[in-house]
Amino acid sequence: MSQLSAGTKSSLLAELKGLLGPDHVLCERSDLILYEFDGSVVKGQPEIVAFPHTTEEVSRIVKLANKFQVPIVGRGAGTGLSGGALARSGGLMIVFARMNRILEIDLESRRAVVQPGVVNLDITKAVEHAGFYYAPDPSSQKSCTIGGNVSENSGGPHTLAYGITTNHVTALELVLPDGEIVRIGSKQGDAPGYDLCGLFVGSEGTLALVTEITVKLSRKAEAVKTLLAIYDTVEDASQTVVDITARGITPAACEMIDGWTLIAIEDYIHAGFPRDSAAILLLEVEGLREAVAEQVTAIEDVCKLHHAREVRIAKDDRERDLLWKGRKNAFGAMGRLAPANYVLDGVIPRSKLPQALRKIQEVGQRYGLGIGNIFHAGDGNLHPLVLYDPRKPHDFETAIKAAEEIIRYCVELGGTLTGEHGVGMEKSELMPLLFSDADFDLMRRIHDAFNPDSSLNPGKIFPLSKGCGEIRTRQKPQQVVHS
Amino acid sequence: MWRNSHAAETPTGSPLLIAITTLAPRLEGLLGSANVVSTPEELRRYAVDGVVPSAIAKPNSAAEVAEIVRFAIAERLCVIPTGGRTKLGIGRPPDRYDIAIDMTGLRQLAHYDPGDLTLSADAGMTVHALQEAVAANGQFLPLALPFFSETTVGGSVASGIDSVYRRLLGSARDFLIGAEFVDGKGASCKSGGRVVKNVTGYDLHKLFIGSLGTLAVITRLNFRTYTWPETSASQVASFSSLENALAFRAELERSGLPFFNLEVLSPGLAAAFAKNLRAKNSSAPSAFENGGWVVYAGWAGNPSVVRRIETDLELCTQKCAPTQAERLDGTLNSDVHVLFREAFPLLCASSPDTVVLRIVHPRLPAEVLGSLSEIASKENLAGHLLMRPVGVSYFALVAGTGELTANGRLARAANAAVSLFAKSGATYSILQASTPVKASVPLWGPRGTDFALMRSVKRAFDPGNTFAPGRLAEGL
Repeated sequence: MSQLSAGTKSSLLAELKGLLGPDHVLCERSDLILYEFDGSVVKGQPEIVAFPHTTEEVSRIVKLANKFQVPIVGRGAGTGLSGGALARSGGLMIVFARMNRILEIDLESRRAVVQPGVVNLDITKAVEHAGFYYAPDPSSQKSCTIGGNVSENSGGPHTLAYGITTNHVTALELVLPDGEIVRIGSKQGDAPGYDLCGLFVGSEGTLALVTEITVKLSRKAEAVKTLLAIYDTVEDASQTVVDITARGITPAACEMIDGWTLIAIEDYIHAGFPRDSAAILLLEVEGLREAVAEQVTAIEDVCKLHHAREVRIAKDDRERDLLWKGRKNAFGAMGRLAPANYVLDGVIPRSKLPQALRKIQEVGQRYGLGIGNIFHAGDGNLHPLVLYDPRKPHDFETAIKAAEEIIRYCVELGGTLTGEHGVGMEKSELMPLLFSDADFDLMRRIHDAFNPDSSLNPGKIFPLSKGCGEIRTRQKPQQVVHS
Repeated sequence: MWRNSHAAETPTGSPLLIAITTLAPRLEGLLGSANVVSTPEELRRYAVDGVVPSAIAKPNSAAEVAEIVRFAIAERLCVIPTGGRTKLGIGRPPDRYDIAIDMTGLRQLAHYDPGDLTLSADAGMTVHALQEAVAANGQFLPLALPFFSETTVGGSVASGIDSVYRRLLGSARDFLIGAEFVDGKGASCKSGGRVVKNVTGYDLHKLFIGSLGTLAVITRLNFRTYTWPETSASQVASFSSLENALAFRAELERSGLPFFNLEVLSPGLAAAFAKNLRAKNSSAPSAFENGGWVVYAGWAGNPSVVRRIETDLELCTQKCAPTQAERLDGTLNSDVHVLFREAFPLLCASSPDTVVLRIVHPRLPAEVLGSLSEIASKENLAGHLLMRPVGVSYFALVAGTGELTANGRLARAANAAVSLFAKSGATYSILQASTPVKASVPLWGPRGTDFALMRSVKRAFDPGNTFAPGRLAEGL
């Protein structure tokens, strides 16, 4: 529903076109539809979309929006999975697609300075010739942008060993909700005073717009081995993960995919996954050759102890790349099983993995829904994909209920709502499962210290319902049908 | 000279609501007389830069901490949480200091899941006790910190002090996964959780690292743990010049070998390290005593990994031709590891007026490093340099033993050094200095545009300016 009066919209459009040029402002409904989606099950359409080219332009856009009292939301590639970059209250969307330059590469200091619209994988491409890479690797890394990664504090399979986005960002340039441009952190990191980068990374665009990012570059490991462990039961696969963790073996990645999902992936990617297993673990170890050899042996032993039917080691880079292609395109493959799915992102203590997977299976059976599991088992970050058919009456509502039950169980186990996708508008009403009134009060004070009018990305993270003393009935997300 | 902060006005400038003489009895009403102390001798032990509190409160639970904070807010008093009181010299003198909240009564390991490699520890638990508790499962926390036996979990995070495992395992920012605390409204709050991956809500707990107690009273911290490698060893190599030592360090960095520690120390500091070892009846590596610059490399792992590191290290060492190189095993390896862990108190030990600056720069230019010794000698001071991993260096300025009038020279030298750092693009902070020197040297260097944001963070956490006002910087 439009929030802007015709007069306001017309005046703001004129000023934006004057600032950016007419080609860099969109307002036709047919254009705006593209920006009302991300990868989640929610949607929200902006009324105007602007494409700045410089930080100064971002600042001036923000000041214009303030003049017309129009809410703003920043957006990268729109690959998010929580509605973080959707215009929940309409208004103006700032898309960073044109701010896509790598500004500096300093290999000696192992830093790169990039604009927010740079695609995650492009940083690695720019430095891999020298033996470096950018470590956080969301599955969407071929298209997602660093600005979005910073806002959502994105993870990925290899964050098990190397940490998520916050562990790889040392400095940011920000445009505050009043249009002021500020810099926080330092190139080396470890700047005196409060760790503002630690606060702003993962703040989901609710405190400031990010216009420049300094990231750490990691050195590529000397040796890498990728293992595929195949199981006849999900229980054995999950017990393997528990045991690997408890023994202190830290692979670079430890992913689990259930057998049902594997078939869909194989049909789509032909990655070489088995079609007759209950689950597989995709494990990767990196480091010195000697360390890798020892870890491979140790992991093989644990897999066999827990009745792995077979443990394959990728023969070469081609085979390794194919396995990862299967994993990273797995969400897309789910379209073969159902017209729509709802991806969860709960996290549990790794020691509780078997019971969590049993619960997911039980919930799926009870609600009569298919639930696929493709997830970061090594750090307990579950991604149950609840399948549904939006054409069937009540199917979506049933999927939401099932998903909520799973998330509640994650919290009961000592876990959390989201490990890497963010709260956004999708999980905001579930926040009281974790946080008390006092917690919200403090987070709100932090929010208001920077974004007092909620002009920046309104309706995100915080529950919209008043009062947090008890868990409220969750608002039904607006349904999206993925084609 | 000791001074109370009574004469000062409240942070808001309004008159005190409570007669300071009635403070201890009022606190006793909250906590019981056994948990409140106000004898002058005890109060002096909690002084921060000579500012003495009027009472010490010793809570035994997070609920009691919240009670004390709410009391302080209501009476417009200021509190400073303390742990082992080993690093209270870091930061500025507080603008006001009425109650020391001694957190050492909160010392439980509240939760430990060895299978998940996660734990929750009360803020007043010592790091040493925590390490002992998890060592039973072959695990550790990468907090190998100075004042190891006395420092508390809360104090170590709030001080932001460096761990010697940082090169390989990062800082607390990389393994602190959640916190419980009392905010400036007296409410018990939390951030993060007890799982290793979590982006739910704002990462408020990261703000506590190095905050010097200015944002909240931390009551509990959640960490991920790591498993001990099978063996460890180290090497010290001495070089006739700083340039040669830096070339060797650069060679080791290029090797990609996973050293958990890699440090360079100046000749005078190496000699002080040797003296310390001998005072403990330990032998000292001769590389510490030949007057050269020393490069220390420590490593750990399973036997095959250790063999590989040692083979490659030997090649690097041969290439760079040190004056002396010595591999350290067993007790000497442990003793030297402890020396590097305790480098900060060792630097401070020679005189209470010693100035220790912490500098952060990816690679300080050789001319800057060279100028540091000139700055020290110009003021007739000893200058010790310790170049730590990940771009951190400590520079200590030391006056002669028993000198009573060195503050002027120390301040001049410190100011010259920090000007040099600012010109080279480094950031710095003062880890240790006498109160007069702190008053004459900018604690951080020039304020950036982010300073206003930090003040906003402080106001949001602590609207009444109850927590350690001014300790981190003016207005923080």
